Amino acid sequence: MGKAALSHHALALKSIHLRRRTLEAIYNAGAGHTGGGLSCLDILNVLYNRVLDVSPETFGSPARDRYVQSKGHCVEALYAVLADRGFFPESDLKTLCHYQSHYVGHPTRHIPGIEMNTGALGHGLPICVGMALAGKMDSAHYRVFTLLGDGELAEGSNWEGGLAAAHYKLDNLVAILDHNTLQISGHTRDVMSNEPLDEKWRAFGWEVRSVNGHDYAALTQALTEPSPGKPVFIIANTVKGKGVSFMENVAKWHHGVPSEAELKQALAELDAAEAKLQNA
Amino acid sequence: MSAPAPSLFTPAAKAMAEKIGLKLGRANLEEFAATLEELAKANPNIIAVTSDSRGSGKLAPFGKALPKQIVEVGIAEQNLVGITAGLAACGKKSFGVSPGCFLTARSLEQIKNDVCYSDVPAVLIGISSGVSYGALGTTHHSLHDLAVLRAINNLTILVPADNFESRQAILAAARATHPVFVRFGKAPMYGLHAPAAHFEVGKAMTVREGNDVAFIATGETVVHALLAAGHLAERGVNCRVLSLHSIKPLDAPAILKAGRECKAVITVEEHMVHGGLGEACAAVLMQAGVSKPFRIVGFPDEETVPGAQADIFRHYGISMEGLSEMANRLLK
Repeated sequence: MGKAALSHHALALKSIHLRRRTLEAIYNAGAGHTGGGLSCLDILNVLYNRVLDVSPETFGSPARDRYVQSKGHCVEALYAVLADRGFFPESDLKTLCHYQSHYVGHPTRHIPGIEMNTGALGHGLPICVGMALAGKMDSAHYRVFTLLGDGELAEGSNWEGGLAAAHYKLDNLVAILDHNTLQISGHTRDVMSNEPLDEKWRAFGWEVRSVNGHDYAALTQALTEPSPGKPVFIIANTVKGKGVSFMENVAKWHHGVPSEAELKQALAELDAAEAKLQNA
Repeated sequence: MSAPAPSLFTPAAKAMAEKIGLKLGRANLEEFAATLEELAKANPNIIAVTSDSRGSGKLAPFGKALPKQIVEVGIAEQNLVGITAGLAACGKKSFGVSPGCFLTARSLEQIKNDVCYSDVPAVLIGISSGVSYGALGTTHHSLHDLAVLRAINNLTILVPADNFESRQAILAAARATHPVFVRFGKAPMYGLHAPAAHFEVGKAMTVREGNDVAFIATGETVVHALLAAGHLAERGVNCRVLSLHSIKPLDAPAILKAGRECKAVITVEEHMVHGGLGEACAAVLMQAGVSKPFRIVGFPDEETVPGAQADIFRHYGISMEGLSEMANRLLK
């Protein structure tokens, strides 16, 4: 009904464009979550341009696929993707975090394309369990997706949701972990270790898929392959700050805001990557 | 067989109830469950969500009659509220049902964000609220719920006094397009209203007219205020009794009218004195410059006295006798 289907090449070019927009939005707002935004950006790109059956025109339809961003702090990347998909004009992003702008630092339903208000961690999965249950009750064909963060998994409510999703055999539910292994204070393994995640979620009754979270083909397959009778947990191995050399794998970029010089350098790197891709 | 719980009403209070023609009904919780089942039979979109609470929520018959319209989440109240919100976001009229003590404390953040901030038409039912669980102790009491919920934007808060108000509250919640919280106790309640009475969210119900003392009460304390009014009338003191079933929105005009027309105001609630009905009424009266002798009857800021609900009520003066005494003191 409202599904886009871009080629790998087109997705790759779009990812560069979206990274640019994400960084610019954060720079202009003087606030935001840079590292996690860049780590989940390819996942969002694949979701909205290949997988999700939703568009600005069909957002009001009960039959649409649902996406709830549980790691709501990485909203700038989501805003960039939604603007690119036409849910609202890109110029709206200039008001990010401004007085009386609904483009606040976490998703709200005031923004076209946002399903639920998130930002407090550990909320997305239980909400999505409710959405997936509603779909089952109605024999609807829509699917429900949520995006979780590494640090977020320490919230017990995720595991409550995990139990319920498997109990009700919600094979219309997909949870994606943006597994960049870093959180605000440092490595997740040092803050509160959560491995082995694959064994844990499998033991909870989920179908677990581990993929490179920057690989469009692998993401597409993991996000679309059916899993009869089981919800799907995708461990998307990502790089925090992906695409900008000096931001990659550095915890301080969790919510670091680039200076003018850093933005310039980051954009130059993205320009170079784009040129290389276009000449490939 | 365990010993029956002590009655909330002394023999003198029971005699007064009979004298003023009150009939004992069922527990408001039972009225809720029966009403919800009736609505759900006519509307397959109504879904009850329970956290191992279908028995305590009197929803076992509902579950048996409508197994496809009840979702069990296990003992996981955060998940209960998240799932209730998700169902509501996808077109279901979902009722999350869980003991008030757990629902409004453990899952407060889910109520704030998933339900109220996201503005989904979910209904949350706090069962066995206040000190309904009596001697089970403070873990099982919800004396904070009105205070914390009042401080959250976008939530209608209903605290019915009797079976009639309970049914009307559920009918209103089922029609609502925004979040609603309803609070129930589990003791059998006297009926306070005629079947044709007018119930409206945000409007107080006048249970008795009078201009000496105004009892402004909510939930299952209203009957005690009414019995006190009966007791006082025999001594020449005429009391007004208002049932504030709607804590939010609050009927400020009715509170002001009572404050202006009566010599004294006593608020009564099964809640801590901080942040509940009493402080809400005080704010309404003070901001309008209405100053009358005023007392808040509720639970003081101390570890609640151990005992059954009836013992606890009497200890803190929520009884015909206690409220009569308070009124007399205030009029002196």
